[in-house]
Amino acid sequence: MINGPSMNTDKKTDLCRIRNFAIIAHIDHGKSTLADRMIQTCGGLTEREMKQQVLDSMEIERERGITIKAQTVRLEFKAADGEIYILNLMDTPGHVDFTYEVSRSLAACEGSLLVVDATQGVEAQTLANVYLAIDNDHEIVPVLNKIDLPAAEPDRIKQQIEEVVGIDTDGAMQISAKTGRGVNAVLQRLVESLPAPTGNANAELKALLVDSWYDPYLGVMILVRVRDGILRKGMKVRMMATGAVYQIERVGYFTPKKMIVEQLNPGEMGFVTAAIKNVADTSVGDTITEEKRPARTPLAGFKPSVPVVFCGLFPTDTGQYDDLRDSLEKLHLNDASFHYEAESSAALGLGFRCGFLGLLHLEIIQERLEREFDLDLITTAPSVIYRIHMRSGDRRELHNPVDMPDPTEIEYIEEPWIKATVMVPDEFLGAVLQLCEERRGKQTELTYVGHRAMAVYRLPLNEVVFDFYDRLKSISRGYASFDYELEDYTSSELVKVSILVNEEPVEALSFIVHEKHAEPRGRIICEKLKGLIPRQLFKIAIQAAIGGKIIARATVGAMRKDVTAKCYGGDITRKKKLLEKQKRGKKRMRQFGNVEIPQTAFLAALKTSD
Amino acid sequence: MTNPLAIYFHWPFCQSKCPYCDFNSHVWREIDQRAWRRALISELDFYAMQTQGRTVRSVYFGGGTPSLMPTKTVKALIEAIHNRWGLAACEEITLEANPSSSETLKFKALKEIGINRLSIGVQALNDDALTFLGRAHSSKEALEAIDRAANTFDKFSFDLMYGLPNQSIGSWRSALRRALSIANGHLSLYELTIEPGTEFFKHNIKGVTDKESANMFEMTRAMMADAGMPAYEVSNHAKPGHESRHNLNYWRGGDYLGIGPGAHGRITISNQCIATHQIHNPVRWLKKVSLIGHGTAKHRNLSPYERALELIMTGLRTREGIDMAYLEILTGLTRNRLINPSRLSHCIEAGFLKNSGNILTATEVGIIRLNSVLETLLVADTQYAGGATVETGQ
Ligand SMILES: Nc1nc2c(ncn2[C@@H]2O[C@H](COP(=O)(O)OP(=O)(O)OP(=O)(O)O)[C@@H](O)[C@H]2O)c(=O)[nH]1
Ligand code: SF4
Ligand SMILES: [Mg+2]
Repeated sequence: MINGPSMNTDKKTDLCRIRNFAIIAHIDHGKSTLADRMIQTCGGLTEREMKQQVLDSMEIERERGITIKAQTVRLEFKAADGEIYILNLMDTPGHVDFTYEVSRSLAACEGSLLVVDATQGVEAQTLANVYLAIDNDHEIVPVLNKIDLPAAEPDRIKQQIEEVVGIDTDGAMQISAKTGRGVNAVLQRLVESLPAPTGNANAELKALLVDSWYDPYLGVMILVRVRDGILRKGMKVRMMATGAVYQIERVGYFTPKKMIVEQLNPGEMGFVTAAIKNVADTSVGDTITEEKRPARTPLAGFKPSVPVVFCGLFPTDTGQYDDLRDSLEKLHLNDASFHYEAESSAALGLGFRCGFLGLLHLEIIQERLEREFDLDLITTAPSVIYRIHMRSGDRRELHNPVDMPDPTEIEYIEEPWIKATVMVPDEFLGAVLQLCEERRGKQTELTYVGHRAMAVYRLPLNEVVFDFYDRLKSISRGYASFDYELEDYTSSELVKVSILVNEEPVEALSFIVHEKHAEPRGRIICEKLKGLIPRQLFKIAIQAAIGGKIIARATVGAMRKDVTAKCYGGDITRKKKLLEKQKRGKKRMRQFGNVEIPQTAFLAALKTSD
Repeated sequence: MTNPLAIYFHWPFCQSKCPYCDFNSHVWREIDQRAWRRALISELDFYAMQTQGRTVRSVYFGGGTPSLMPTKTVKALIEAIHNRWGLAACEEITLEANPSSSETLKFKALKEIGINRLSIGVQALNDDALTFLGRAHSSKEALEAIDRAANTFDKFSFDLMYGLPNQSIGSWRSALRRALSIANGHLSLYELTIEPGTEFFKHNIKGVTDKESANMFEMTRAMMADAGMPAYEVSNHAKPGHESRHNLNYWRGGDYLGIGPGAHGRITISNQCIATHQIHNPVRWLKKVSLIGHGTAKHRNLSPYERALELIMTGLRTREGIDMAYLEILTGLTRNRLINPSRLSHCIEAGFLKNSGNILTATEVGIIRLNSVLETLLVADTQYAGGATVETGQ
């Protein structure tokens, strides 16, 4: 969609005719579709250039129909007063893993357009995002979307928004992002209700570094929001946090096509490029100022994103290790929010330990690696960061169960707890509460709004990174929504469960779990492996153990009969070929004691393991 | 070098196709008998040129259903061997026969032209099983064929299959008991295997469970040993002296010529073993032979390690096992390079293999799991270098 940049003659716009806003909503409530209609209404793209969710440009976004990366577009809207207004629209992702994208978008705007699906009502991320908007002192404009659908209940939902979210919905517009109904009116409302940005063009330059990514044609691109001063092409700028100095090469904005301009003025948003080699050299939230006339204090900025879920990624074919490393490097250029470092495992060979913002993030990176880079990967069980307090007084952060120190040296272990908000129709509440209790949850709040309940729980994150989300969806038939934020670290009775095959530990399968759940989880894995490992000459013992103590076991009985009935002249060649084929297959086998286990068994154990 | 020789002929035609059969067998309405006779002789001549002066020890007519061959053709082939190599040292000339009455009537004539051993495809002794197996004969015909073979030949064998769907171990035991009462000195007892490409495979027919299969296999071996016809190979049982010389030659790694469509051979010429493979498709084979005198699709030099692999694979299937000293001489490789010693001792300690002097054999518990044992023993090592492939024909 975005081809080479075009030039635009600079027109300076009065601050009072600029509006900056983020579109926020729960997943699938129609943010990206609404952005489409706005772009169309303002003529940002021609009919021919338009397609659905045009801002979701990544292949994986288009395929899954979700937004992963926030996008910014500059629109020109002719308002009722006959004036042209510049609207900077930021489309944000709805999924909880990408809350970080929402936060930094909000920091760049003065207002939020809250979209609520009129057939679904308030969901967990509706709430979470509204709170974020409030934290940013945003003016919030609520709209009810999808009213073209027969199931839409705008009046009921309006009332729900007032009750649950606590914002006034008197003038909330009813729109359809699909048909375009009401979109013009929303744009008009934004012009009227949102405050214009403030800023001083003569002051020292202060521009917020909102985002950065790698563009194959232009190199590293930086998304900025200018607060004070003017950001010009050719200007020497300094990144206030990192201290790095660059000369600005290009200045521009998206319509969503790239438009090149000479400068960005206060209140405006756009991109700049400089000869920056690595995305990692830019730190989002940093303040960009002019090198020769620097600002005295930086902008507030925001905290960097931190990965919360970790897992190992290994190539199925050990020969693909180098490819995996190169691919991770490339992907990292575009998504600095995941971390990776080399790791080696007896069962799985060489690979990487990676950190992600959440399970969906993990899944997306894994899928992009497999698809865009044609790799075949094994993903180990996801884990969180534990804090190990040693008897020696040391404190360690544990990202990988493999690195668990000897239990006798450990004073205590802390694990991360989250505040989880679940919104669910009444009828499924019982099942949801039971799930939360099973996962060691502690209820902190339970409120009813009409036929929906909102349950707030304190939950250990490690109980959530397994299959919590899937289970929640299945027990509520898809009706429950879920949001969480990290709360604190609390000490727990945690143990490391090792899985042994013929007495040898398979580190890739080890996991950390609450003592109470160790035995059932261990048993499940043993049984699963039992079903996955083919019978062999020798009996195979599969055990789950905590330290030296066996807590569960299963046995794969020895093969009783395995002999070819006929082997005459012509069969010899055939049989030999079979042996040779097995020999090739051996490359994918892992040796444990005297048995060889196909790597695929581990793969399957990890795939389905909860 | 003058290794003795075995000669195999493949006759690829049958009256009907059995639903479990994955052999190179076809049902043709018309066969140009003259052309086929000529072609087989012509291919025999082609190989005769390369093996002049060798001693032919055994001949085998397999198929398909070679008992459907015109006696004239069989006779012509035996005569051709006589003329090319001589038959003085030939101890065994076997022909596979199906027990339909028309074929049974030929037994006497076959004996007269030099066949001295018969292998009869009986497969089952009751009509239900025969129907299930899609066989063209009845149990009555089977018994008549056995009876007539007993009156005609000094040595004959017949085949039975077990592990048919729902077959109980008891019913197999009684079938075997009956078979023993009418057997001469040799029985081939095969478990039904569902091979890809067969009717049974297509219809997803399943034999007995793994457990029953193991029980039947063990029971069969015990019962045959008690009856004085112990297994001398996985599926072959004989009274002492009744073993098939021709088949033993395969398992001992001897040379053999493979004549006819799809036939395989092994010929050693100045210390290099060559694996030969004739064109599989009968039409194409016939065309090629009439054009250039033979229908070789492929011949390939086997590396010493490949040779060893074959010999270990087949040798461990037999009661006599493998002579490691012989293997070393044959391949020029020491036994430690052929078999990973730690894996070997592992299999011996576990009771799957037995080593006495130079002789390595699979034990009873080893034989029943031989594929896995071989895998453990051979597969992990990558020293095998492969042989040069020379493609001819096609
Ligand atoms: N009928 C109808 N469907 C709509 C409307 N708006 C959006 N949709 C559909 O709702 C689905 C989700 O729309 P998106 O625009 O991708 O939603 P989103 O909020 O951007 O989703 P995320 O980026 O994943 O959070 C799509 O199938 C849209 O076609 C509407 O007004 N009416
Ligand atoms: S008679 Fe023998 S070769 Fe012919 S189809 Fe039946 S099993 Fe196959
Ligand atoms: Mg979207």
